[in-house]
Amino acid sequence: MPSRTLPRVAAGLRSASERGLLALLMLMFLAGSVLPPGAASSPDLANRNSKAGHDHCQPSQELPEDRHNATKKAFPVLSFDYHHVQKPFEISLWVLLASLMKLGFHLIPRLSSIVPESCLLIVVGLLVGGLIKVVGEKPPVLDSDLFFLCLLPPIILDAGYFLPIRPFTENVGTILMFAVVGTLWNAFFVGGLLYGVCQIRGTDLGHVDLLACLLFGSIISAVDPVAVLAVFEEIHINELLHILVFGESLLNDAVTVVLYHLFEEYAGVGSVSMVDVCLGVISFLVVSIGGILVGTIYGILAAFTSRFTSHTRVIEPLFVFVYSYMAYLSAEVFHLSGIMALIACGAVMRPYVEANISHKSHTTIKYFLKMWSSVSETLIFIFLGVSTVAGEHRWNWTFVIVTVILCLVARVLGVVGLTYIINKFRIVKLTTKDQFIVAYGGLRGAIAFSLGYLLNEVQFPTRNMFLTAIITVIFFTVFVQGMTIRPLVDLLAVKKKQETKRSINEEIHTQFLDHLLTGIEDICGHYGHHHWKDKLNRFNKKYVKKCLIAGERSKEPQLIAFYHKMEMKQAIELVESGGGVKMPSAMPSTVSMQNIQPKKPVSDRVLPQISKGREEEIRKILRTNLQRTRQRLRSYNRHTLVADPYEDGWNELLLKRQKIIELEKKVGSFETPAASRSRWAEMTKMSNYLTVPAAAPDSPTMSRARLASDPQAYSSKPGSDNLPTIKVDLASPQSPDSVNLVDELSKRAGQGEEPDEDGGLVMKVPSSASGKDTKEDQNGAKDQQRLMRCLSDPGPSADEEEEDEPFLH
Amino acid sequence: MGSSNSTLSKIPNVDDLMQETGFTPAHIVRLYDRFQALDKDKKGHLSPQDFGSIKELALNPIGDRIIGAFFASGQETVDFHSFVRILAHFRPIDKNRPRDPNVPEPINSRTSKLRFAFQLYDQDKDGKISRAELLQVLRAMLEMQVTEEQLESIADRTIQEADLDGDSAISFDEFRKSLEKVNIDHKMSIRFLR
Repeated sequence: MPSRTLPRVAAGLRSASERGLLALLMLMFLAGSVLPPGAASSPDLANRNSKAGHDHCQPSQELPEDRHNATKKAFPVLSFDYHHVQKPFEISLWVLLASLMKLGFHLIPRLSSIVPESCLLIVVGLLVGGLIKVVGEKPPVLDSDLFFLCLLPPIILDAGYFLPIRPFTENVGTILMFAVVGTLWNAFFVGGLLYGVCQIRGTDLGHVDLLACLLFGSIISAVDPVAVLAVFEEIHINELLHILVFGESLLNDAVTVVLYHLFEEYAGVGSVSMVDVCLGVISFLVVSIGGILVGTIYGILAAFTSRFTSHTRVIEPLFVFVYSYMAYLSAEVFHLSGIMALIACGAVMRPYVEANISHKSHTTIKYFLKMWSSVSETLIFIFLGVSTVAGEHRWNWTFVIVTVILCLVARVLGVVGLTYIINKFRIVKLTTKDQFIVAYGGLRGAIAFSLGYLLNEVQFPTRNMFLTAIITVIFFTVFVQGMTIRPLVDLLAVKKKQETKRSINEEIHTQFLDHLLTGIEDICGHYGHHHWKDKLNRFNKKYVKKCLIAGERSKEPQLIAFYHKMEMKQAIELVESGGGVKMPSAMPSTVSMQNIQPKKPVSDRVLPQISKGREEEIRKILRTNLQRTRQRLRSYNRHTLVADPYEDGWNELLLKRQKIIELEKKVGSFETPAASRSRWAEMTKMSNYLTVPAAAPDSPTMSRARLASDPQAYSSKPGSDNLPTIKVDLASPQSPDSVNLVDELSKRAGQGEEPDEDGGLVMKVPSSASGKDTKEDQNGAKDQQRLMRCLSDPGPSADEEEEDEPFLH
Repeated sequence: MGSSNSTLSKIPNVDDLMQETGFTPAHIVRLYDRFQALDKDKKGHLSPQDFGSIKELALNPIGDRIIGAFFASGQETVDFHSFVRILAHFRPIDKNRPRDPNVPEPINSRTSKLRFAFQLYDQDKDGKISRAELLQVLRAMLEMQVTEEQLESIADRTIQEADLDGDSAISFDEFRKSLEKVNIDHKMSIRFLR
């Protein structure tokens, strides 16, 4: 409980632990800033320590030492050798600092909702830089190599890998227009007018020549993906605007690279001829298309490699990361656009890699990318703040103010003008609100700073002035525009991102409409958007997928994948919520042949017919057991992580459940055992399901038993041993292939009861549930437990069972 | 243009057509040229075989349904007017249309577009998409790559999701409701027909 004597900020904190954490943060803060400078004095400390040790041990070792050459020192028990680990230590400290800062912001509730994170981080950077300066050391400046080679790629890869392809390709024309034409317009407008202003007498800027101005214009005109991401992530605007601004920030890299190099080359010479301009245009094409090509090649390589990783699932994410980084570096070797290469690589490899890799690898990739990009972003902003304090500045009021104003004006004019042209070609036009957001969202960021920093001081004596202006613009856009964009979005009632997921109806009908439009385009003889998309899809399906996707997955149509994802999500939700309570197909609860209920009207979406108390009990037991399941499955040893054939068995389970629902629908009245048996046999016959090899036709009793043990189908029977406990059989390392699953199933059908196996949770079917063939039911129960195993990848081997403590979450 | 005027004059009732469908003369001329190109025997109307000669359409999973939509029930031929009328569905929506309840819906309104799509599903024209009809469409779109059970599961789930009045079939209103979040203007418009 915060006492009243605490300062106002801390009064907002809710508990003592948060206060403690903030105190810790402050401490780390100071330590981080002070320690690196303190490293300089380490060698002295080391010497002093060893001497002390020597003195200490002197009395006991006098005699022997005198005999030898007295160079032997006493063995240092504890020594201080900071120099040895200085570099990695500092890097780690910075990263830690950045992460703790990020953590800290979210503990202060009001702050994080008003001020975007990027602003706060820059302020932190300023403070840290200030602190370092106060201590007397020189704060580090954001080294361009570090920025371009280490900090930027994770962010871009994250963006490219998770790029929403559909909206991107639908708007690619608009995006390219903004990126290429818009950036060119910005660069020349700002550069040109700035030169004009510089020529005005009285501003003391006459020495800045045209090419330098144009160079400056090209540096400052590019919308920065890092800043855009940082700000737009928090405001959740609709997909269209997001992809427009974001896509523009990514694709303008090529333009920036070309312009920058062009002007930098020729600024020394002092003039640019027509030939150079033509070469510049060609260079632009080479840079952009080359970058995309390099990225695509690496993407295909990555996809191809992932085809063969089914036996070494652990290093799957590594391929994604390394291939992408190589793509970036390879593009940078030739001065092609590294960003476009990275985007192309990520976007190309994603559909194929995702079809090949395991679920866990997918999660790993996702979280690693998010983690790295988050840390990078944080570090970039902090360093930006530190560099501001560190750098030498030359403040020139006119230059800076004019720059800021020109940037804004250029952006607005550019967006409005381009939209006017673009709207002639768009079906869904951009409204004024959209234009405003696009213009307002054109934030500048660290890329501009780094490019400015790269300038040669000798060639460009006005470099410091440029840097000051760049930093001012960055600060302005990030602080002013970044902070005000959220209230403006709310004020203007801009459409926000749709939170709801697509339904299967939408998916099917959208595909249908795609085919329809393709057909109509063919009838009209018009080779439009749909025509080419269809051709590409066909090509993809026919040739590319076969090469790049392993096994049977290559034939899986998108609709099926979507459907399965949906079913899986729903099934997981179902299980988590305690089992079978709200099945949308409102059907009678039990399938037990003796407990037939009349078919209820569909509108009455009912719960199963068990008493409330029983239901609660069941839910509780299911919940606790399932939680244990999840925890157990999480803790794995990387060496025993086996291939996950059961992942696909999960699909089978879901489909079986669907069937069960269907069957419930159909079984309206009591049927003769024979009839029902044959119906079961027919309905549960599983032929090829995706990658799972054909399962043996289930025996009717087994399926019925499975059904009976379905939580939904629970009949109210007293007695604790009748309550289901779900067993998740831990995968034994010797059964990596799913064929064994099938064999086990058929094997067991004939066997008698077996003693309980290694650990885990057991789902026991109440023997009287179905009222028939109880012995077979128990066998069935044992069999069906194998299927229930497929909640996730198989976890640890059996002997790791004692590791029962829950995985730290 | 001289040539387009002469082409226009060849088409009977071209003004009514333009009024009804909202196409400009340039569009009509272009469509007429296409019509002529498809009508290889110069019969003045199109038969199913003429459509069949468009080879991309043969590859389209719902190609035959689309062709069928051009031919009004029972008819064997499509004249130019019907051709244009069907294609008018795919004009982009006029956003500034005054919402006059007395005036009938234009051909390219959202409702009309959806109705056109609905009719492609509903082959027996009973006003509902039954499970069997949905299965047929799914089978055609998924091109035999999946098993029958999977198709049935998907069909069941689709109907389950969309069906609000419990008749295990999707009526036009349910169809429309399930697509309310989709930008139909975007998905069912061809740019050049603006």
